[in-house]
Amino acid sequence: MIKKIYLLIALLIIPLKAFALIEVDITRGNLNPLPLAVSPLSIDDKSKKSFEKILKKENIGSEISIVVENNLRTSGLFNPLSKDAFLQAPDIANLKPRFEDWNLIKAQALITGKVTYVDEKLRVEFRLWDILAGKEMMALAFTTVPNNWRRVGHIISDKVYERLTGEKGYFDTRIIYVAEEGPKTQRIKKLAIMDQDGANNKFLTLGNELVLTPRFNPTSQMVAYLSYFKNLPRVYLLDIETGTQEVVGDFPGMTFAPRFSPNGKKIIMSFAKDGKSDIYTMDLENRIVERITNHPSIDTSPSYSPDGKYIAFNSDRSGYQQIYTMKNNGSDVKRISFGNGIYGTPVWSPRGDLIAFTKLHKGKFYIGVMRTDGSGERLLTENFYQEAPSWSPNGRVLIFYRETKTNAKGEGFSAKLWSIDLTGYNERLVETLTDASDPSWSSLLSN
Amino acid sequence: MIPNKIFKNTLLILAACLVLTACATKKNVETMSGQMQSDVYSGTDTVEYLADGVPDRVFFATNESILTTASRETLRAQATWLRKNSSINVVLEGHADERGTREYNLALGERRANSAKDYLMTYGISSDRISVLSYGKERPVDAGSNPLAWSKNRRSVTVKAN
Repeated sequence: MIKKIYLLIALLIIPLKAFALIEVDITRGNLNPLPLAVSPLSIDDKSKKSFEKILKKENIGSEISIVVENNLRTSGLFNPLSKDAFLQAPDIANLKPRFEDWNLIKAQALITGKVTYVDEKLRVEFRLWDILAGKEMMALAFTTVPNNWRRVGHIISDKVYERLTGEKGYFDTRIIYVAEEGPKTQRIKKLAIMDQDGANNKFLTLGNELVLTPRFNPTSQMVAYLSYFKNLPRVYLLDIETGTQEVVGDFPGMTFAPRFSPNGKKIIMSFAKDGKSDIYTMDLENRIVERITNHPSIDTSPSYSPDGKYIAFNSDRSGYQQIYTMKNNGSDVKRISFGNGIYGTPVWSPRGDLIAFTKLHKGKFYIGVMRTDGSGERLLTENFYQEAPSWSPNGRVLIFYRETKTNAKGEGFSAKLWSIDLTGYNERLVETLTDASDPSWSSLLSN
Repeated sequence: MIPNKIFKNTLLILAACLVLTACATKKNVETMSGQMQSDVYSGTDTVEYLADGVPDRVFFATNESILTTASRETLRAQATWLRKNSSINVVLEGHADERGTREYNLALGERRANSAKDYLMTYGISSDRISVLSYGKERPVDAGSNPLAWSKNRRSVTVKAN
């Protein structure tokens, strides 16, 4: 599935000279998102009819452009302009835009393109234009199976994002999470997977047993999670493609809090026995189990640094839950959280520079980030209850879940996914079919 | 068995009445907070009985797994009952309230159930007869988001396994 999309031709036209092109600074709170126009991709009548038959979409060209538009808008960095104001027809614009017309509606960048039906495949070409400089910034074409049309929209979004910000995008990605239903005292939980924008939702388990904390492996084909199958809470491994599942290791007690090592070869997790929880790894090839911590406290929520050399985790060895780091063999344990309150769920950023966490202080929960030595703590969002941040693959956005406070009768409970960018300015509800928790963001599916 | 059931049902009805009256007036909010002793639930609303006079659960303070005097009394009653009914095995289900991260709470539930298990063992119950299962914060008995509800949810429940 993931590799099915192949970039057949990439006519990447690299600008010859570095002229004054638009740039978007993503390191600061963006109060003035870049106005840009996403022209519907043009389509000839014959292709239109073919796609209508296969995909049941009246105009696949506009559908793809809507995917692009929504992605760019939710990033908070771009402001896609209303199509009603567009003066130029999509097919003409794609050949050579009249820059004055687009300038008139205050667009600074323009995306145009064309979709055709070729040999039962969907072929897309698109261009990114700098309106002020009157230049083409990028042109790209690729071919895929028609069913992949949404991914085409995500890939275009990623290319545009990368060209304008200088950093990789995060749109051609998926989220694995726990779908929740039923009363708070008897929640039914299922593993579910969806595209980053909420499309193509699929349930992966039936809800017969409690499931928690799914996490992708680096290639996003496997998931480690906790299942209460037969009332024995253990870490399981699920192959998303084949649906095969297996229990990880043979532990005489609960295993939980799984994550993969950055090379995907090991699972790191906690094992609880006799009231103490310690951190273990298991090599998925040779099944060798290693004990990493050995302390009478609760050590859990381990997360590797992207180079695999360090592990962040939380422990209550000081009396309360705090964040620690150590070398990957368990040596050199250092407490890094020293602020007021308790700290948990450390997750190392894919860029390596920051650790995201959950903090509880004076009855409020926060999602924040700190440097890997604990300095520079920054709280991004405060609420009644929220936890479990997971990084976008470019390390710019966090997804987490938030639960509402119930009233005196215990009514009004909900759990939803939210995302926030590192600046803390762009917080958004991530729409899901049901209530949702424990999100894990995949890597970029196409590169 | 039958008298026990009747006794249990009467208790449940009584408990339900208490809750209903508690909700009815403002004054009774104090009665409700009277169901907690320094953060530990001391009421009987949610308690079920393994046998006459043998409560099935013990409660904990926030973040704690230490047994209170009342909890030890409950567990001694359970130990006595278990010694008399030597064919019965039990599962100790450990729980936490909703005010903690999911993974930490799984560990905390396990720690609470183990502290109950250790106490039963010191009163002569073989570890072979006791298994431990943590639900973390996944199975609250009270859906409320308030200190009293949380105190009911911080618990270890002894459940017959056979």
